[in-house]
Amino acid sequence: MHDIAFTLNGRPWSLRVEPRRTLVDAIRDDCGATGTHIGCEHGVCGACTILLDGEPVRSCLMFAVQADGRALRTVEGLEKDGALHPLQRAFIDHHALQCGFCTPGFLMLAVGVLERTPNISDEALTDVLSSNLCRCTGYQNIVRAVRAAAEEMAP
Amino acid sequence: MSKAVADAPPRLAPGKGRVLGQPVARLEDGPLVRGRGLFAADVNFPRQLAMRVVRSQIAHGRLVSLDTAEARALPGVVAVWTAAEVSDIPPIPFRATKVRGLEPYCQPILARERVRYVGEPIAVVFAEDAYIAEDAADLVVAEIDELPVVLDAAAEPAEFLPGNSTEPTIVRKEYGDVDAAFRAAHAVIELDLSVGRHSGVPMETRGAIARYVAAHDVLELHGTAKKQHWNRDEIARLLGRPPTGVHLFEGHVGGGFGVRGELYPEDLLVCLAAMRLDRPVKWIEDRREHLVATNHSRQQRHLIRGAVDADGRLLAIDDVFFHDQGAYVRTHGARVADLAAGMLPGPYRLPAYRVAGHFRLTNKTPAATYRAPGRFETTFVRERLMDAIAVRLDLDPIELRRRNLVTEAEMPHVRPVDTLGVDVVLDSGDYIGLMDQALAQFGWDAVQRDLTARRAAGDCVGAGLAFFVEKSGLGPSDGVRISIDATGGVELVSGAASVGQGMETALAQICAEALGVDYRRIRVVRGRTDRIEFGNGAHASRVTVMSGSATYHAALAVRGMALDTAAQLLQARPEDLAIEDGQVVRAAAPGVPLIALAEVARQMGPNSPLMRGRTPGLTAERWFYSEHMTYPYGVHLALVRIDRATGEVRVEKYLVANDVGRAVNPMMVEGQMVGGFAQGLGGALFEEFRYDERGQPLSTTFADYLIPTLSEMPAVDVLIAEDAPSPLNPLGVKGAGEGGTNAVGAAIAAAVDDALRRPGAIVSLPILPRTVRRHTEEPT
Repeated sequence: MHDIAFTLNGRPWSLRVEPRRTLVDAIRDDCGATGTHIGCEHGVCGACTILLDGEPVRSCLMFAVQADGRALRTVEGLEKDGALHPLQRAFIDHHALQCGFCTPGFLMLAVGVLERTPNISDEALTDVLSSNLCRCTGYQNIVRAVRAAAEEMAP
Repeated sequence: MSKAVADAPPRLAPGKGRVLGQPVARLEDGPLVRGRGLFAADVNFPRQLAMRVVRSQIAHGRLVSLDTAEARALPGVVAVWTAAEVSDIPPIPFRATKVRGLEPYCQPILARERVRYVGEPIAVVFAEDAYIAEDAADLVVAEIDELPVVLDAAAEPAEFLPGNSTEPTIVRKEYGDVDAAFRAAHAVIELDLSVGRHSGVPMETRGAIARYVAAHDVLELHGTAKKQHWNRDEIARLLGRPPTGVHLFEGHVGGGFGVRGELYPEDLLVCLAAMRLDRPVKWIEDRREHLVATNHSRQQRHLIRGAVDADGRLLAIDDVFFHDQGAYVRTHGARVADLAAGMLPGPYRLPAYRVAGHFRLTNKTPAATYRAPGRFETTFVRERLMDAIAVRLDLDPIELRRRNLVTEAEMPHVRPVDTLGVDVVLDSGDYIGLMDQALAQFGWDAVQRDLTARRAAGDCVGAGLAFFVEKSGLGPSDGVRISIDATGGVELVSGAASVGQGMETALAQICAEALGVDYRRIRVVRGRTDRIEFGNGAHASRVTVMSGSATYHAALAVRGMALDTAAQLLQARPEDLAIEDGQVVRAAAPGVPLIALAEVARQMGPNSPLMRGRTPGLTAERWFYSEHMTYPYGVHLALVRIDRATGEVRVEKYLVANDVGRAVNPMMVEGQMVGGFAQGLGGALFEEFRYDERGQPLSTTFADYLIPTLSEMPAVDVLIAEDAPSPLNPLGVKGAGEGGTNAVGAAIAAAVDDALRRPGAIVSLPILPRTVRRHTEEPT
């Protein structure tokens, strides 16, 4: 067993975990933050995407011990003081979700990308958003939502 | 025809309402974008055990022995079961078939004596956590004597069990004099067409969490979807409990698409274990399991013959098809084969029709419904036939369809076949009108000119179209209870379910429109057997039609009650009053609130003097009944470009045109069309469950089973038509869930043929690069 510590949405956590425990299991089952979903456990679907020190990562492909000393952000941390993040608002306004299972992964992917590249080109955005799977929407409205939020978030 | 209860209200006037027909934001989204949903894996109970299923790795064999000693000895393991431990539990029954004689083909919850597909549950482990359960499952040793496998449903049937062949039934339908039609035909066109094995593959895998609450003697199952009431009744029956002692709960459902929410072995295993082990039991499917354990779909091969006169008018269709059911007959019975047989004629005037669907078992994952079941397949087959007829008679494919489409004047059009046990009566439609609108919106003529120019420049490009008829609103009944509480909050309890499609918003919009309240004040309860006695769930594009109509009835009933009470309190006549935004007003002065619905509800409470001797509460339950389905229809148009070097097909432009009678929420209807298209695109170009010659599945990860990503999606244009409201329900609605998927394979196949300049080149789906390259490399 290993003792690890990280912050999740700004809150410090200390956990004792088996070396094989995946980061997503630690987030969901040990920290109780079940907004991050598990869709494939082999790094393809992106439902488990979180931000690790600001970078979008697949939390199903990481071990919890690898998060020791890092800052994690998940969908639960997007809303600030009762106000939705512009991306959350845009997903609602543009009907960018149906069942909502892939939504947290897409939100964190988009947050990570827009924070780093606010003026991302259409082509690059298509490329980035192609790394996650959605089975309900056909993606069109996800692109619209991210585009709309990007404009709102632009400095 | 359709009938409603005795106090059936009038039809809703056509046109958009204040909220009905408007693209309002969904009620569902708030918790989902906050990560506060409740999907199956999010359900936890104290002291729960994790269940892990041990699955056969052999496609067909005799189960000689299962050694579970090492697994049982692992610390943290509570129990390991094989078939011997569950021999008292009958196999999984079916609900959706009239076909008799399928019982020997039902799946046991754990394999007995034989295994029949890779992925079949053979043992199950219960442990303190999911990691230990998975470790222990790896320690179970199965000795299996391999037997020959059946992988081709079109090959001669084999023996399933002594006395039972691998062909339990042949679905036959026939009307008219088919043989005479073929004798008299100007031309006969024959095709051999196949659709590959693929399926819904929702982003959330299945899950089931059971607990037995001894204090109340109630068994609870969480993580459920689609058909809670039927599943509750069957679980109760199979476990020997009264239905009132079993309750199913629905949280959020991460996509249904037909496959999720059927009764599977794992659902019964967690229930049984929760009772026997007296601890909550949680099972969450992993993705690899999902791809071999959850229902597959679609795989059929059709040998179709069409007889036409000299003008290209259909005289008869004679179709023989082979339906690859996989290893067992699950809850749907022969439904998909039945739907294929019943829906194949589609939108065309067809004087004579004969079909024989060979329903056959193979050593693959069992199959059942997937979005537009039997229609994605047969639209491909029928529209391929129409294209081939056009080529044979040297007719424009659009003109050929124009000559054969059932006209508006012929509606309702009775077709002397049944499907799902109800007669096929095309209830309403202007097929030719919609085709013309779609051609105009797509810019078909301009596209044709553009194609000519691009081909001259060397591009391999083409366009195609396909017409479809969907079915929706399967009856027989659904009920809704609407109550207004003393704060003016509205609760709508429905026997339907949510699979993420937005049914809460749709029902709230219908309720809000009829009742006169803000739709955001309506709480929709669904998928819970403890809140409403009966329900028929969410499938077959039925919720908006059936539960929507029941909602409309119930909302008008509550409105009537509220106005009667308000009239008494205000000493007015109910007919002079109306409800606006939760306030009772004079119809003549709608801006002046007289009394709030909250106050009316308070006055109707059990202790109110007004209610002496009457049943209290501002609440009403109404049921809607329907004996016929309603048939949405539409046309898909595709423009594709082929990369000659790689064989890659790219869809450049696409239009889904779909008449849904009335769009309750156009934004959500469009979402259904585009999302449905994406799934159709997967089946047309990418997705296939492949097997090797020993029946080993080759598509067990998302690296092998290819779901379309954003990069594969074209810009999809949607034409939502409301030209032909259904006469069968008071709202005029038709289902919108499946039309986006239905004709994708057919339309893309036609466009690829056109790009290749080889009519009839595409005879199977998915259209893989290697198939395309075979055509691009051959000299024309």
